[in-house]
Amino acid sequence: MTTITDSALEAVSGIQDGATVLIGGFGKAGQPVELIAALLEHGATELTVVNNNAGNGDEGLAALIGARRVRRIICSFPRQSDSHRFDEEYRAGRIELELVPQGNLAERIRAAGAGIGGFFTPTGYGTMLAVGKETRVLGGVGQVFELPIHGDAALIAAHTADRQGNLVYRKTARNFGPIMATAAAATIAQVGSVVPTGELDPENVVTPSIFVSTVVDLGAGKETL
Amino acid sequence: MSAQRNAPLSREELAQRVASDIPAGSFVNLGIGQPTLVSDYFLPDQNVILHTENGMLGMGRQAIGDEIDDDLINAGKIPVTELPGAAYFHHADSFAIMRGGHLDVCVLGAFQVSASGDLANWHTGEPDAIPAVGGAMDLATGAKRIFVMMTLFGKDGKSKLVPVCDYPVTGIGCVSRVYTDVAVFDIEYGRVTVTDTFGITVAELQSRLDVPLDVAPGLSGG
Repeated sequence: MTTITDSALEAVSGIQDGATVLIGGFGKAGQPVELIAALLEHGATELTVVNNNAGNGDEGLAALIGARRVRRIICSFPRQSDSHRFDEEYRAGRIELELVPQGNLAERIRAAGAGIGGFFTPTGYGTMLAVGKETRVLGGVGQVFELPIHGDAALIAAHTADRQGNLVYRKTARNFGPIMATAAAATIAQVGSVVPTGELDPENVVTPSIFVSTVVDLGAGKETL
Repeated sequence: MSAQRNAPLSREELAQRVASDIPAGSFVNLGIGQPTLVSDYFLPDQNVILHTENGMLGMGRQAIGDEIDDDLINAGKIPVTELPGAAYFHHADSFAIMRGGHLDVCVLGAFQVSASGDLANWHTGEPDAIPAVGGAMDLATGAKRIFVMMTLFGKDGKSKLVPVCDYPVTGIGCVSRVYTDVAVFDIEYGRVTVTDTFGITVAELQSRLDVPLDVAPGLSGG
């Protein structure tokens, strides 16, 4: 059953040092900024973080990296005009990078959530990113074997939850949320509002509550102000 | 159709040419950078549907003013608009669109393209560069046809159409056509055919490339 809380700090308090944390978002869209701030406050360190990017600007994931809580990052696109926090840590040799083609990243997360032990894909075949990996020619096409990416925790942002823990997203902020929710032992979702159970149309639910451990209601208290 | 013209194409003319070659009703992904210019030149009745890999089909133009919405961005993280009939989906579905061969055309920039259609566009290979790949390798291997858009010669005067890429490759044998400011090339079965020239003769083109060129019917070899 999903727990509903208004405390982001309480929600992330089970994340241990050395944990693998899947963090949703593509750039700033869908990035669970409040949950990342809570993780920073909570103090867990030596983390492996899985995200498409490696932080933008100075907030959110960039702040976590800047505070040297991240030992290793698995991502597709670390280098950006505003990725200075990551750049600094990487050049100083304080953070390890596993670079993954974006579709392989998504599919490896999906595979973890679906109980798939690994898969062959043409993406990356014959490139630097396939070095050291098992390859096969299947159906006349060179393919690379890729392993699933499981998380100890997933931190995601959704638009609205119901009290059951079902989630809906908004526009391109959906990105990694639905697949990361399936791939972690504990999924924590921050949402703008929580509505009574029954108010979300079941046809429109994107992430069913079975994948959600905790909902952090960022809108809690705001409606009474 | 082959064509000859007596001056190189500007960036805008090149984008217009690529747009005009995309069949009506195609599902298309335009790579970050120069390829995004192509979207300015689709005709309304061309009904091209744009995919952006962060999770949307039916992407509209760049958002301005009040249209800007932090939850609605493209793969380059630029705010965009949605068109009627648009759809949103998560990343695994979005990359299934690419990896599963559902896109008709993908237009990408390149550092180099080889005579056998290998693409190099993600990494300069410099030892101190921080590598970033994004969706480049998925696009290169997944779309039905890959068009490359680039200037043919670098600032050092060297051709970017080469016998073998010396930059790290993004995909093997994946490029089907190369649009440049001075010529258009088809790549098929390891053969490169020049189909259009702009401000250069085929003879001069051949003299500056280390790749043997076939010449399309209707294009003068002189």
